[in-house]
Amino acid sequence: MAAGNFDKYKSDGTLAGNLMEWVDARFPATSMWKGHLSEYYAPKNFNFWYFFGSLALLVLVIQIVTGIFLVMHYKPDAALNAFGVPVAFASVEYIMRDVPGGWLIRYMHSTGASAFFIVVYLHMFRGLLYGSYRKPRELTWLFGVGIFLCLMGEAFFGYLLPWGQMSYWGAQVIVNLFGAIPVVGNDLSILIRGDFVVGDATLNRFFSFHVIAFPLVLLGLVAAHVLALHETGSNNPDGIEIKANKDENGIPRDGIPFHPYYTVKDIVGVVVFLMVFSAIMFFAPEGGGAFLETPNFYPADPLKTPPHIAPVWYFTPYYSILRAMVWNFFGLDAKFWGVVAMGASVVVFAFLPWLDRSPVKSIRYRGPIYKTMLTIFVICFVILGYLGTQSPSYWGERISQVCTVFYFGFFFAMPWWSRMDKFKPVPDRVTMQ
Amino acid sequence: MKKLLIAFLFAPLLAIASTSVHLDKWPGSVSDTAALQNGAKLFVNYCLNCHGASYMRYKNLTALGLTEQQVKDNLMFTSDKIGGLMAVAARADEQKVWFGATPPDLTIIARARGDLGAPYAGSDWLYTYLRSFYRDDNRPTGWNNVAFENVGMPHVLYGLQGQQVLNHETHKLELAVPGQMSPTEYDKAVSDLVSFMVWMGEPQQEFRKTLGYFVLAFLAVLFVVAYALKKEYWKDIH
Repeated sequence: MAAGNFDKYKSDGTLAGNLMEWVDARFPATSMWKGHLSEYYAPKNFNFWYFFGSLALLVLVIQIVTGIFLVMHYKPDAALNAFGVPVAFASVEYIMRDVPGGWLIRYMHSTGASAFFIVVYLHMFRGLLYGSYRKPRELTWLFGVGIFLCLMGEAFFGYLLPWGQMSYWGAQVIVNLFGAIPVVGNDLSILIRGDFVVGDATLNRFFSFHVIAFPLVLLGLVAAHVLALHETGSNNPDGIEIKANKDENGIPRDGIPFHPYYTVKDIVGVVVFLMVFSAIMFFAPEGGGAFLETPNFYPADPLKTPPHIAPVWYFTPYYSILRAMVWNFFGLDAKFWGVVAMGASVVVFAFLPWLDRSPVKSIRYRGPIYKTMLTIFVICFVILGYLGTQSPSYWGERISQVCTVFYFGFFFAMPWWSRMDKFKPVPDRVTMQ
Repeated sequence: MKKLLIAFLFAPLLAIASTSVHLDKWPGSVSDTAALQNGAKLFVNYCLNCHGASYMRYKNLTALGLTEQQVKDNLMFTSDKIGGLMAVAARADEQKVWFGATPPDLTIIARARGDLGAPYAGSDWLYTYLRSFYRDDNRPTGWNNVAFENVGMPHVLYGLQGQQVLNHETHKLELAVPGQMSPTEYDKAVSDLVSFMVWMGEPQQEFRKTLGYFVLAFLAVLFVVAYALKKEYWKDIH
């Protein structure tokens, strides 16, 4: 099924046919089309959870296209204009008011950022449900974790650009975290900022990272993610290999060509997604303060710390884990361990393929232990996310510590609990539910 | 015992309630053109002297049903160009010396003040704030505010509202010296002013919602087509 084993295009004598033959002799057009779309066989039993991969691609395109237009008018400049407002902040309002259609483009981009994380979280949850990370798809999963890390960087750098109060102080807090690393910490955070405080140099380099460096890496990783997936073929809700059962032509009996079957199906998913996306963007673009945080309607003021600094919702579970670490270990500050725990809580996803030791992949054939563990994990993730938006409190801290234990317990104890479950027999062929 | 328990349960709630100011609901709307025009008039006459609206162009006031000539004749005091920004003549650094703090730009203040989570919280805050000034001889300006304690801003609308004093026993504001307007008229004037500020925070907000209905209607039609297409292709897959 991998691209490359397809016959070259033969002209039917028409002008268009001749042109196609000429191109195909010099470029793998036919083999790419067939290998990745018209003769890429995907399991026929994809359900609701399988929409989010193509939707992530859609949001990526939305972000890139709207981003191109935003860059035409945005100015990464922390200097104050004639009215005492930072140029960067004023340029965002210029886009919102004076650029024709600018408000729409900007809201698409700001809503798109949150939509990206919603879609990616659901896409990752699908992987947990059906064991998509398991052999032979470990590399697909690793590239995916890479995409997730990259996306977090992209979101973090992008959040500074409007140069509002929350942009500024959020960046200040996060960059200061690097200062907790022993020996090199302080120099490292100065290196990241390009200054002793977040300032014009920081804004300019974050702009560069946001519009060039990270999107480039992101696109490369997305290509690798899809290529690796198409090499092994897709997993499915039953967690069985459709390639194990092929017909006389070598085509999986439970597979259907991605195009046209899944292209037409994904269009339905795209339309439904766009309805939700539009409902938020046109009627509640601030997302109740979660997508566009209210303090960010004040320009950045280095002399005025907001009473409560919270990251945007998609970072709050990890932020809670950071705050949950309040003990000094081995002579190192609690802040350092917080940074370590926060980093670990993201990177730990990469180890899933080797932590999971169950004989079956899909939750359909796993027993109560996995279902319980996954439910607890999701609940803890949501609670941590909620607490991360709140001001620190005694009980908030205790609860986040308990949730952090469960969060890591889910991963680190997995080699044991994933084996102990009661499993159901796995069918030979996929089931349509 | 039961009563004690209940008291303990509700004690934290009371603690929260006492620290935050009760906000009066802003009764206006952003689709009332007459209110917006009146609000614009109040804004340029009373606010724009110290506060800028520096992301906003005079030309955009024509969206309130005014001609460019009407805007030029009645609302343009700080610029002679219709495409000019609604900025103040006073410089930010000078104002800082005069008032202790630079008066914030008001273009998007209604959005920035919405930090209470609820929709229109910013407008409720502004509506409450502008009606909550009272005389306080301990303040350099002679004014204080219930919604914004020790605020640097004097009560610029006192000619309209009159002078309120704080009754320290009831913690209520009482009108000591009446102004040009009756309390009802003043509330309406402030409501109009807030309408203008909410509108100015996002001038295209009504159009945004209208466009939203069209987009959703289009997507609903597209959904029917896309779903039928999917059904047709998938009818043989079992």
